Amino acid sequence: MPATLFDKIWAKHAILTRPDGATLLHVGRHLVHDGSSQAFRTLADQGLTVRRPDRTFATADHYVATTAQGGARSLDDIAVPERRHLVEALAANTAKAGIAHFGLNDLRQGIVHIVGPEQGITQPGLLMVCGDSHTATHGALGALAFGIGSSEVAHVLATQTLWQSKPRSMRISVDGRLAEGVTAKDVILAIIAQIGAAGGTGHVIEYAGSAIRSLSAEGRMTVCNMSIEAGARAGMVAPDETTFAYLSGRPYAPKGALWDKAVAAWKELPTDPDAVFDTEVSVDATAIVPMVTWGTSPEDAVPITGRVPDPDRAPAERREAMRRKLDYMGLTPGEALDGVKVDRVFIGSCTNGRIEDLRAAAAVARGRKATIPAMVVPGSGLVRAQAEAEGLDRVFRDAGFEWRYAGCSMCVGMNGDTVAPGQRSASTSNRNFVGRQGPGARTHLVSPAMAAAAAVTGRFTDVRRLTGG
Amino acid sequence: MKPFRSLDAVAAPMGTPNIDTDQIIPARYLWRSKADGYGMHLFQDLRFAADGTPREEFVLNQPAYANAGIIVAGRNFGCGSSREAAVWALSDYGVRCVIAPSFGDIFYNNSFKNGLLPIVLPPERVAALLAALDRKQDVRIEIDLQAQTVTGPGGTVDHFEVDPFRKQLLLEGMDDIAFTLRHTEQMAAFETEYDRAAPWLAVPG
Repeated sequence: MPATLFDKIWAKHAILTRPDGATLLHVGRHLVHDGSSQAFRTLADQGLTVRRPDRTFATADHYVATTAQGGARSLDDIAVPERRHLVEALAANTAKAGIAHFGLNDLRQGIVHIVGPEQGITQPGLLMVCGDSHTATHGALGALAFGIGSSEVAHVLATQTLWQSKPRSMRISVDGRLAEGVTAKDVILAIIAQIGAAGGTGHVIEYAGSAIRSLSAEGRMTVCNMSIEAGARAGMVAPDETTFAYLSGRPYAPKGALWDKAVAAWKELPTDPDAVFDTEVSVDATAIVPMVTWGTSPEDAVPITGRVPDPDRAPAERREAMRRKLDYMGLTPGEALDGVKVDRVFIGSCTNGRIEDLRAAAAVARGRKATIPAMVVPGSGLVRAQAEAEGLDRVFRDAGFEWRYAGCSMCVGMNGDTVAPGQRSASTSNRNFVGRQGPGARTHLVSPAMAAAAAVTGRFTDVRRLTGG
Repeated sequence: MKPFRSLDAVAAPMGTPNIDTDQIIPARYLWRSKADGYGMHLFQDLRFAADGTPREEFVLNQPAYANAGIIVAGRNFGCGSSREAAVWALSDYGVRCVIAPSFGDIFYNNSFKNGLLPIVLPPERVAALLAALDRKQDVRIEIDLQAQTVTGPGGTVDHFEVDPFRKQLLLEGMDDIAFTLRHTEQMAAFETEYDRAAPWLAVPG
């Protein structure tokens, strides 16, 4: 029977299926971070040990400082003891269990969803989980990857399995050529605006179509990363030559004869031509322009050429919620988004903290000056090192942007990097929720190029005007 | 885990769609351990002003909905971050059931692990319950998990669907790690075959 990419990976990891449909799934690889201490505590309380430390990988990201007092960043840079203890606990828990850990003094440290692909830990055909909602990022390389809660992390640590009922499948076909200046971030924001923040609920999404095929592996990560923002369990892209070229030579990728064997297996994964999806969505890539969000849900995304929507013209049942959002965001109905004044800029996160993102932002910042506070937080120590080797740190510093150390930082503010109440933030992150970047913070989601454009003009600006695109 | 069989409690209406887990429990409290308790910070920024005084207009601060044990919510409740502390905060506060047209996927899964029952009802039925609760006259809802029914104000009865396996775990208050470990033999046999088929996953060390 013809099968989808998702069907094939699901079947390869199903240990048993109960008559009621609950399936016990084997977890191929498990990623943990510094928000995992409750899960390790649960394990210890029950007298259990980690079943497959060799299939578990850890790095600290949520609570780490992105600044250094001395020459290099250390634990001491985490000023709040409770946060420091969580980073220390990860080091201790992983050492005790024999889990590979990329800690603060390791160049490989970074945001868990940047580190997995970068190290080649993420591979096609794997079922992967992590106690973080942006785990779908790894689906960009053809893995089935999804976020889980703390109890499920404990369950995976103890058993290397998870109980799931099979979600429905959705294919989102994005066809056509993306216009100059339109990026993967604009594609996923346009998709979420089209299907809604609950549009993918109960589904695993496969992103397909010529526009997805033409994206780089990193661009596909940006798209898959925000699948959760459309409500989906996971998002994935079929592995192809782009995937294999990305993985080749990475530290945990197979080598030599094993590489050939792995690639042969990976080539069997793409969805069969006659396979049927529960839901099909199509998106016109040629119609997408640089996007910006106006509200407090990622579905509130509009083209930069658009205007703040008017509640009076919206369906009656949505008006009150829209008014509340506009009040929180400090925006006027009908106002053009291009030109709205911005207070600060954040470039980074698991959505847009990879080297290609920093290159795109630097291309706009080069030779210009930031007129508002702007910070660049590379997604990992290796991304940071690569950017420095290419001189991007100089471009950013010369333009007056802050150049930070790797971590989740201002996307979620758990390490203390927050936006002040009432401030308007142009952010390359994934969530514009009320208070997400700090109490009262007004977050607008944009691409790295659009964020850099806002930094140099102090306003939301169609980046194509600056780059001639 | 605390078993869940039935519940008769005050229900609070929160009809706004997309109430995300950042609103349920802001990220700045997540360093706390589960044992410290989270109920006092449930809906912190909706429930309290910056100086800590309760916002009178917030539904859980209104006398009619005091001691709510159920929340009736808009679509996509619990969307966003995977933080299980969102469920801990609700259950620590005393909420043991949320009824909504749809839920954030991970929040939905996390709920079952903590003895909190998430119930999906059709949007028009949730709208009717919200309207009834807004009247503040009869604000009690009764849940029967075994029978899979919601009895609303005025005696309206709705049937809901729930995954049979999760229902069983909730009814028995069973810990699922212990349950899964009953399958150790099958797990081990599966792993041997899985590792043989994908030898490139072996990490030297």
